[in-house]
Amino acid sequence: MVHDPALAIRNVTKRFGDFTAVDGLTLDVQVGTCLGLLGPNGAGKTTLMRMITGQTGLNGGSISVMNFDVTSQSRQARSILGVCPQQDNMDDQQTARENLALWAALCRVPRSRRKQVVADALETAQLADRSHERVTNLSGGMRRRLLLGRAFINSPKLVLLDEPTVGLDPQVRSDLWLMIDRVRRSGVTVVMSTHYIEEAERLADDIAIVNHGRIIARGTPQELRERHAGLEAVEYFGPTDVLDEIAAKAANAGLKSRRAGLSISVLGVEKVSSELLASLGRHSRRPTNLEDVFVLLTGEALDG
Amino acid sequence: MARFDFRSLPAIWTRELIIFKRYWPGVTFTAILEPLVFLFAIGLGVGAFVDEIDGMKYVVFVGTGAVATAVLFSSVFPGMYNTFIARVFQKVYDGILSTPTTTAELMVGEATWISARTAVYGSVPMLATIPFGLSPRWSMLLVPFTCFISALGLTFLGQYISGVVKVIDSFSYFQSALLTPLLFVSGTYFPISGLPDWFGTVSNVNPVYHCIELVRDSCFGTLSWSSMWNVLALGMFAVITGTLSIRTMTKRLIT
Repeated sequence: MVHDPALAIRNVTKRFGDFTAVDGLTLDVQVGTCLGLLGPNGAGKTTLMRMITGQTGLNGGSISVMNFDVTSQSRQARSILGVCPQQDNMDDQQTARENLALWAALCRVPRSRRKQVVADALETAQLADRSHERVTNLSGGMRRRLLLGRAFINSPKLVLLDEPTVGLDPQVRSDLWLMIDRVRRSGVTVVMSTHYIEEAERLADDIAIVNHGRIIARGTPQELRERHAGLEAVEYFGPTDVLDEIAAKAANAGLKSRRAGLSISVLGVEKVSSELLASLGRHSRRPTNLEDVFVLLTGEALDG
Repeated sequence: MARFDFRSLPAIWTRELIIFKRYWPGVTFTAILEPLVFLFAIGLGVGAFVDEIDGMKYVVFVGTGAVATAVLFSSVFPGMYNTFIARVFQKVYDGILSTPTTTAELMVGEATWISARTAVYGSVPMLATIPFGLSPRWSMLLVPFTCFISALGLTFLGQYISGVVKVIDSFSYFQSALLTPLLFVSGTYFPISGLPDWFGTVSNVNPVYHCIELVRDSCFGTLSWSSMWNVLALGMFAVITGTLSIRTMTKRLIT
């Protein structure tokens, strides 16, 4: 049985003056999956998220959330969305509990259930013991957890997470990943933008690589790696002229490579002999990753 | 555009209530003290030289006029500052608009809250004038309603201004060029009948003038059918500024 997608984006365009932020983008997200939108800053990820919530208008195309058109049925669409914005927009003079209670009211959670959903969200965010603390007094990680907890308060069908862990330290990040993973496992559809490769690899069932407002590749992390970068890579370190030479030789042998500072990765090396690789110099072998795919496809490195 | 849904308003009021619970002493102190300063400084100070205006004691004249001062200060300034801070600095509106709430509901929700508050603050100078010779009468109970409807248009005006300016410092232009004249050419401290005739005509587009007319008519028992014109003018002012506020804010918030 084929289900309608949770999110259907069709040929969507958004221009700001001369700048095209989203350029004829088409994307389906199936119910119960987690899609990672992977792209550098300025790729159009946030614009796309804001288009889904109706906060940025469309210049062309259409978007529907669970079959609600975001232009003509924006309120219905927003009532089943949960949103964790990139930029923290909580009332920071209010307490954690007040922020959540307000959100429950804004999301039209029935009055009789509000107390319970606020308590649940505090539990999810592991902030039950800090519930009376003003948001301004919470640490960056706690604020993020609260923001995430807030996004789930109306039991949304589709959750939009815009760079949910940006700027946080690794420990906090893995705490948040646990939170997101729990929601994902409960069957909620998640669309998460990120420019952290590891985040996308750990959480996303499916990845869409976005650049210049377009989807340039789509697939599971493994499919993307196999399709674009092969299974294995070898890394060489050395001065630039040596790396130039290795790049040229690899290209002659029909191999793709990518540079990162004083190293070069030659990709898809499972197809060639180890003698050839040894002839290029001392190297270390590793599995390919999404960053390889990303750099190959966009020519840009992801920071972080 | 989505149909206006009144169910969004309680949530907006909830937010205002949470903030108010935290800051009410400061807000109330300013809102009440300023008009009282006008009442005492001008009412009693100038009153020492001017005995009566239109057959009433000057302090009573100013005391009833100070209601409009309170209304103006308690509505247009929160409309400007609170809206600007929430939108630009805190980005709170961005969050709210990702929930099933529209810009129109957000602006109307905030304006009705501020106006309800102003209905209380606006009545204080009137009560404070009673010991100075203002005789209590039942029609004074209409004053909070006058304050509410006046504040509605003025709060929308404040919201509109906050959507027009790029930086918060630009508010001073509006304060000097718009709000101060609104206050002084309204009949607060002197009757506009003393001004050249054309002021009388111009004052018909000044909401503060209509507010003061209604307040004085309620306080002195001189309400008549012509008071309906004042009510209508305030209503029209609120509709116009409300439309401007919602349009401008939508443009600012929905990109």
